[in-house]
Amino acid sequence: MAENIVLQMKNIHKSFPGVRALQGVDFTLRKGEVHALMGENGAGKSTLIKVLTGVYSKDEGQISIEGKEVAIHSPQEAQKNGVSTVYQEITLCPNLSVAENMYIGRLENICQNWKKMNTDADKILQSLDIPAKATQQLSTCSLAVQQMVAIARAVDTDCKVLILDEPTSSLDEQEVEKLFKLMRDLKGRGVGIVFVTHFLDQVYEICDRITVMRDGQLVGEYEIEKLPRVQLVSKMLGKELDDLSDIQGEYSTYEPKEGEAPVFEAEELHSDAGIKPFNFHIKKGEVNGFTGLLGSGRSESVRAIFGADRILGGRVKMNGKPVKIRKPIDAMKNGIAYLPEDRKRDGIVGDLSVRDNILLAQQVLRGFLKPFSKGEADKIADEYIKLLSVKTASADTPIKSLSGGNQQKVILARWLLTHPEYLILDEPTRGIDVGTKVDIQKLVLKLASEGMSVTFISSELDEMLRTCSRLVVMRDGRMVGELSGQDLNQNKVMNTIAGGDK
Amino acid sequence: MENNHAKQSKGSSFFADLTRNQLFIPMAALLLLLVFNLIMDPGFFKITLGYNSAGHPVLSGFLITILDYGSELAILAIGMTLVTAATGGQDISVGAAIAISGSVLLRMLCGTNTRPETLVMPVLLAFVITCVVAMLFGAFNGTLVAVFGIQPMIATLILYTAGRSIAAWVNNNELPIISEPSFAYYGGFIPGCPIPTPFFIAVLCVAVIALVLKFTTLRLYTQAVGINEYSAKLNGLNPVFIKILSFVILGLCVAVVGLIKVSRFSSINYSVIAKDIEMDAILAVALGGNALSGGKFNMTASIIGAYVIQCLTTTLYKFDVQADALPAYKAVVVIALVVLSAPIVREKLAALMPKSGSREVAK
Amino acid sequence: MKRKFVSALVCAAMVATMAVGCGGGNTETNAPASDAGTEAPAETEAPAETEAPDAGADAEAPAAGGETISIGIINNDPNESGYRTANVRNLEETFSEANGYATQTFYGKENDKQVEAAQKMIQDGVDYLLISAADVSGWDTVLQDAQDAGVRVLLYDRIVNASEDLYEAGVVSDMAKEGETAVAWLEKQGLEKYEIIHLQGQMGAAAQVGRSEALTAAAEEKGWTLVTQQTAEWNAEKAQQIVQSVIDSGKSFNVIYAENDDMAKGAVAALDKANISHGVDGDVIIMGFDCNKWALEELKAGNWNYDGQCNPFQGEKLAELIKKIESGETLSEKLIYMEEKGFDAKEITQEDIDNFGI
Repeated sequence: MAENIVLQMKNIHKSFPGVRALQGVDFTLRKGEVHALMGENGAGKSTLIKVLTGVYSKDEGQISIEGKEVAIHSPQEAQKNGVSTVYQEITLCPNLSVAENMYIGRLENICQNWKKMNTDADKILQSLDIPAKATQQLSTCSLAVQQMVAIARAVDTDCKVLILDEPTSSLDEQEVEKLFKLMRDLKGRGVGIVFVTHFLDQVYEICDRITVMRDGQLVGEYEIEKLPRVQLVSKMLGKELDDLSDIQGEYSTYEPKEGEAPVFEAEELHSDAGIKPFNFHIKKGEVNGFTGLLGSGRSESVRAIFGADRILGGRVKMNGKPVKIRKPIDAMKNGIAYLPEDRKRDGIVGDLSVRDNILLAQQVLRGFLKPFSKGEADKIADEYIKLLSVKTASADTPIKSLSGGNQQKVILARWLLTHPEYLILDEPTRGIDVGTKVDIQKLVLKLASEGMSVTFISSELDEMLRTCSRLVVMRDGRMVGELSGQDLNQNKVMNTIAGGDK
Repeated sequence: MENNHAKQSKGSSFFADLTRNQLFIPMAALLLLLVFNLIMDPGFFKITLGYNSAGHPVLSGFLITILDYGSELAILAIGMTLVTAATGGQDISVGAAIAISGSVLLRMLCGTNTRPETLVMPVLLAFVITCVVAMLFGAFNGTLVAVFGIQPMIATLILYTAGRSIAAWVNNNELPIISEPSFAYYGGFIPGCPIPTPFFIAVLCVAVIALVLKFTTLRLYTQAVGINEYSAKLNGLNPVFIKILSFVILGLCVAVVGLIKVSRFSSINYSVIAKDIEMDAILAVALGGNALSGGKFNMTASIIGAYVIQCLTTTLYKFDVQADALPAYKAVVVIALVVLSAPIVREKLAALMPKSGSREVAK
Repeated sequence: MKRKFVSALVCAAMVATMAVGCGGGNTETNAPASDAGTEAPAETEAPAETEAPDAGADAEAPAAGGETISIGIINNDPNESGYRTANVRNLEETFSEANGYATQTFYGKENDKQVEAAQKMIQDGVDYLLISAADVSGWDTVLQDAQDAGVRVLLYDRIVNASEDLYEAGVVSDMAKEGETAVAWLEKQGLEKYEIIHLQGQMGAAAQVGRSEALTAAAEEKGWTLVTQQTAEWNAEKAQQIVQSVIDSGKSFNVIYAENDDMAKGAVAALDKANISHGVDGDVIIMGFDCNKWALEELKAGNWNYDGQCNPFQGEKLAELIKKIESGETLSEKLIYMEEKGFDAKEITQEDIDNFGI
């Protein structure tokens, strides 16, 4: 057994200012296995890989390759030690030939024998059964083949450990199949492969072993047959199935009136953000949610509703009337508001004052020629700062100097000011303190009881279960289930997220 | 100089407030220049009322020269400020675009005759056409920047390279000269009024932009797009449109300055007209304490910045500094500004002022 | 995708620049093909077009009395200045099809592009290469190539840093002489005192160096005062600001020596504003260079006093040299200076303006 181990990482620690990214993580990779590294975002997967490839230096711990302890300080050293990495984004030069890409940066002599290089490259490509010619320009290959060339480049040298970081996220199903074939080939040659992905199906298709991480710590290492999907999901989310009590029913939900058309209704809606067409509706006063793992398409779905990504097709109705929503402004005019997932990137306008941040959306709706007067602006800003108890020195303070929770309240104020019929909140509680979280949950329920329709997305399942009366479950860009009433419990939701029948 | 003021104001909240104001930098620079001149030669401030060769009263003196040429820069600074704010980049084709505007204006006024006895069309009409052309070129730059996502400096490099050739081509390489005396008013003096006309044109432009900023949401939209394009988009704004709009407004400013420039000599020299003026306009924006990386802007500060730049130029001329050495002196100013606006320096400055407690001190 | 677009755009812009730059040249060289056809019967001297022989035209020999001489002209951007525009036009007119030349041209402000164009013309097998280089260096190789290929090279307007054996001759303006002529004229005015505002061109340009040297030397020798000596970089506006600055400082002066017409114009604008009389019978003597038509008109109107010629009409001289070489004569001198005049406001005639104005 021991001689079978190609890579061993023991007790790895890594801290960044204010964050303990890795705390005593162990990782073991054997010859000829595909080993999945799983965990939600922020679990420490990429940090672990970057430590292994020398991008970061570890604070503590040992790394040994084939039994020998090694010190890796740079990607070049990693490569010399037989550790190669292929990243999600293809990092080759599309305007060079396949062979040039395979050898670039590794030419020992200034005078390169091009002919020999091309023959060598062709040999490798053939042996790996990659459908590309050495002299072909890389950009003429499909994405999958480009990805394979990147792998070929990585394994050409004496490669013992191959790290594939989300290699399949931009490939279609057939391309994924081709890639898997190549991975099995390499596995047969005894290469140990670390496979990082968020696609559960793919993990169960190709992997032999799974290591799960959460919050910078090792959860455990499992053989694939011994870890059913549901358990994998629960380990990733950190909820043991039986530990969770059913907390639904703590809040009463709004009962919609009979015969009323839904506030919002979408048919076959899809955007260019990689989600499959979906149907969705929400009634007046309803609070529902999209759930699923990160990258499952839950944010992309609500972005499609708001017109935030490019809409590729679908029909949308508001209160039974067909409307056209192609851009955010269309959605806003139809009374939809959207609090985006990434507050920093999509939400706040950092240098502007709290006042301007509150007024922005409503100002856009009012139009170019009708600015708020100074008096009006002050009045509204003060009113909403008070209403949501935003902690700020003054309305003039730039929003970027507020804490995360207060920034979120300002963005919420911005959308409440537009008096929307339908409010979409994507991760409104991420990264904010517990007190504010509860405030926001309460506010959601209050708004709903007043007849506003709310879609609520959160990574924290219990938060969703506490606020939503219906949950739409997403997996791999597809809507895979809809749960309400009795089904609305932790076990059922996790089962649906995990998919499959296990 | 900033540093000195920071030290003086230690312990005084009045000065701390003052230095935090964005107008502080241009005002302090202006003051510094004026004090320097006062010490070196008070004659700098002398203004005399005389008569020009046509017998009309004119004011002259260094301050009047600053008012005269600074006005061109002030007009350009308006547009440049908006472009900078919205796109986080600068338009370096302004000089070339002025050459085109001037050339188009002359072409409209002269027709195919390079030495017309009478103008082919009223100046106003020709000017309107020039404005349209200049705004189209602005829209061209804006489209490259906003739609195709090219760095503004790179995008405008195209017009910077080709502009003067286009200008020459507009007039078939001829040099039209306008003998109609009233055409010289725009860049000179209106009979009976001793103050240079460019100043009035600048006042008009400033008034217009002030009204626009007051009665439209241009400021909020431009700033929002400049600070966070994604967020602006999700708030229903169209960043592409806003960016193009900023370039179109700059185009309008270019047309106005083109009129002044051409009017000064009633003629044009394609290869040197408004040469390097874009650098002064950009400098005006920077001197106004506006971040060249876009976002928040202060129009007043930019406009004052423009007059400060001209004050610097005129001062250097007065002391017989070689004209080709001027850029070196301006470079020193740029370096000082860049250093002052660097976060690390700001933090240090903030540390010098315990009472202010803000990182925005250097503004 | 975007990157491709950008590069395409930049290329397009460059092509546009060159097209504008070469516009005159291309049309001049291409258009005559049809012109020749129509004009040929009227004038007996039908030019022969080697690549597109018109019926009957071949038989007639051009004026030079032989075959068509093919010429490659390399020049700077015609938009550079009035001087350059006139220079380009003069050469095109001289080496026109009607005069028995098959001419191709290249105009550009970059030395590299000029060299490239010269290589191409050598390959095309031109008989003569006429070059006005953008930059004095970087021409050795191409001139050697020309010699190897039997192409005769004549430089004009500017001499390059290369062995004299590599070209037949150079036809240039003597900038120092221009300056000396002007200074001699100024001395002849016999002023009581000489207080001069010296407006220089772009520092380092041949014209600036030549014209400045003469004045600086004279000032030192004769005790003239240079009230200010500043570069206005050929720019009227800068000149105006400089002169304005002198006026505002209250310094006295009675001569403005501007190294080109534009700067003289700028200076005059400043004087006019301050109501200082200038020109013939004025308080300030105005001197300019280059002999733009409009400047000569100012001279004739008495607003200016002197304008020094910088003769751009090198075409005839070049044609003369070519004729000599064709007839087997050897050229005696490597450097041939253009004859250049200085015009005095009191003597200039309308004829002068028509003949020498550019």
